[in-house]
Amino acid sequence: MFRYIIRRILWGIAMLFIVSAVIFLIFYILPSADPAVLRAGRNAGPQQIAAIRHSLGLDQPIYVQYARYMRDVFLHFNFGYSYQYTIPVRQLILNRLPATIWLVIGAVIIWLGLGLSIGIISAVKRRSLMDRVSMTTSLAFISAPVFWLGLVALYLFAKDIGQFKVFDGQGSFAAASTPFEKAGAMILPWLVLAAATAAIYARYMRASMIDTMGEDYIRTARAKGLPERTVIMRHGLRSAITPIVTLIGLDVGTLLAGNAILTETVFNIPGVGRLLYQAISVSDLTTIQGITLFGAFFIVFFNLVVDIAYAYLDPRVRYT
Amino acid sequence: MSDALLSVEDLRVRFATDDGIVHAVDGISYTVETGQTLGIVGESGSGKTVSSLTTLGLTRAPNTTIEGRIMFDGRDLVSLRDDELRGIRGNEIAMIFQDPLSSLHPFFKVGKQLMEAVLTHRDVGKAAARARAVELLELVGIPDPDRRVDQFPHEFSGGMRQRVMIAMALANEPKLLIADEPTTALDVTVQAQILALLDDLQARLGMAIIVITHDLGVVAEITDQIAVMYAGRIVERASTEAIFGSPQHPYTWGLLKSIPRLDTPRDEELVPIAGRPPSLIRRPSGCFFHPRCPYVRDSHKRIDPKLEPITGDPGHSAACLLSTEVRGRIWRGLQEGEAPGQLRHLVVEEDQPVRAHAAHHSPAAEVTAEEATSEDGS
Repeated sequence: MFRYIIRRILWGIAMLFIVSAVIFLIFYILPSADPAVLRAGRNAGPQQIAAIRHSLGLDQPIYVQYARYMRDVFLHFNFGYSYQYTIPVRQLILNRLPATIWLVIGAVIIWLGLGLSIGIISAVKRRSLMDRVSMTTSLAFISAPVFWLGLVALYLFAKDIGQFKVFDGQGSFAAASTPFEKAGAMILPWLVLAAATAAIYARYMRASMIDTMGEDYIRTARAKGLPERTVIMRHGLRSAITPIVTLIGLDVGTLLAGNAILTETVFNIPGVGRLLYQAISVSDLTTIQGITLFGAFFIVFFNLVVDIAYAYLDPRVRYT
Repeated sequence: MSDALLSVEDLRVRFATDDGIVHAVDGISYTVETGQTLGIVGESGSGKTVSSLTTLGLTRAPNTTIEGRIMFDGRDLVSLRDDELRGIRGNEIAMIFQDPLSSLHPFFKVGKQLMEAVLTHRDVGKAAARARAVELLELVGIPDPDRRVDQFPHEFSGGMRQRVMIAMALANEPKLLIADEPTTALDVTVQAQILALLDDLQARLGMAIIVITHDLGVVAEITDQIAVMYAGRIVERASTEAIFGSPQHPYTWGLLKSIPRLDTPRDEELVPIAGRPPSLIRRPSGCFFHPRCPYVRDSHKRIDPKLEPITGDPGHSAACLLSTEVRGRIWRGLQEGEAPGQLRHLVVEEDQPVRAHAAHHSPAAEVTAEEATSEDGS
């Protein structure tokens, strides 16, 4: 088990190296515009641009740039300065991260609670009315784009512009100060972000559960005389949930990495996704690059967590 | 009949499917007495597993119709409520399955799975249940049970896993053990060990055993009675000696002649039963076996034979339209190594040759006649 974890960690670090090299390639070698020009602003002369190019090290040979970039990223955790705000990108991301974490944690709880329970019930009561209704509804939520769903939710339920003034609307998270207010401001974003994922999880859970309930060991559990509830919740769920754990890790990783961009933009939540959106709209290359690297880190990290959790959940993979 | 532990009376099990109604079990009756072993033999799809799962109530579902009676120790299992039946399942009647690799939960330790069987039916503490688990592993001959009890199923070999399954079934000292193809997934040497173990455990614990198998060779050693099933019905039922000594049904002959033997001349060929088991949705007319029977006569396609005692041997029944006398001659011929085709003259003396115009009378026969030529050994 210990060796397995060490090996997964080393592999994760190697993965980060590869990802950062690819990101370097994309942002330093193939940028759509000259970074020095972007950095210099509108009315800069050639001399100014040259000076900036020198200060950013863009006049150095590629391998020197690469060595410097890798040194900064790995030793100093430094992603450079934002062209737009002239503060360190690391600072920028760390400022925005709490809002994203708020958003993601709440959404995860909702989508797991809804998705898993609907999936289990649908699998057990297969072909029932409840199964058909929830599977059709889930298809609708999976198909609905988040930005559309978000706007509809605001139009219907937001306190400011909504038809039914129930929940806090756009921008209220930034204005909230106490955790209670923040949670209130997050209700609509949580629901909107969780909707599609909950629907996907419900379908995965249902399929996984139906597969599991057809296994021979479920028949064995029934033949033992276990109550059906125990057969489902202990023997069935234990196997059916294992592949879902993989999904949870990856989804949380990508959301923290800025994948909540649409929800954060629609609800005007000052999170990493919204920062990414703003950075893209003004070609703030270092910020985009920093978020990408940061995201890669989250994804690799949660992958690692998933691998270790999987080894814990499935004893057969433990020593392989 | 009255002192039988299990008495199945005219049991019928039907499944409603999208393709039609599957007549999985169609009016079978048998009894098992305490300390006795019954073998139920047949091809896949003959209804042998369904009938046993029904005994445990494991075929109960909205699309299933179950008729008849299953009397066990004075109670009719068919009419028991689900929770009453659950109290019997794994307690008074236990079952082991074909594939021990997939029949144990891969994520739970063997000890936990054994303890669960005990704790479900007995009001004992965890420590006592664990001690019982170790004791059970020892009972079924697993070495080092103290250590093995904390291992996962994947750390056991196939034969050892089947021993674990048997241990789990014995957890509450059942009166009846149903073993569904207990050796099919195992190596030949291990098969013999498992059968010997079952035999030994029966001698020590005195339970009744039902062994379900497609392989007559497997049950020969350990059964007292054998019921041969075909297409959801019992076509022959007798003591093990009678089944091997004077089998009465052409299907039983087919099963017997397809067992490889060491005590017969090398050049004697194995004779596979031609064709394949019939659909249980649209079953053949008359005798269900007629499309595959080498001795079929025209009337066999219309008349449905009943399971009736053999003249002169009340403990032996068969469902066959041939006369006892003709059957005796055919079986003697088969034992002398003659092919079924060579023995047809024994049955067609009175009738015109049947095979030639079989196709004109029954579509089922037509299909099967083609299959019989194209498909050997299935």
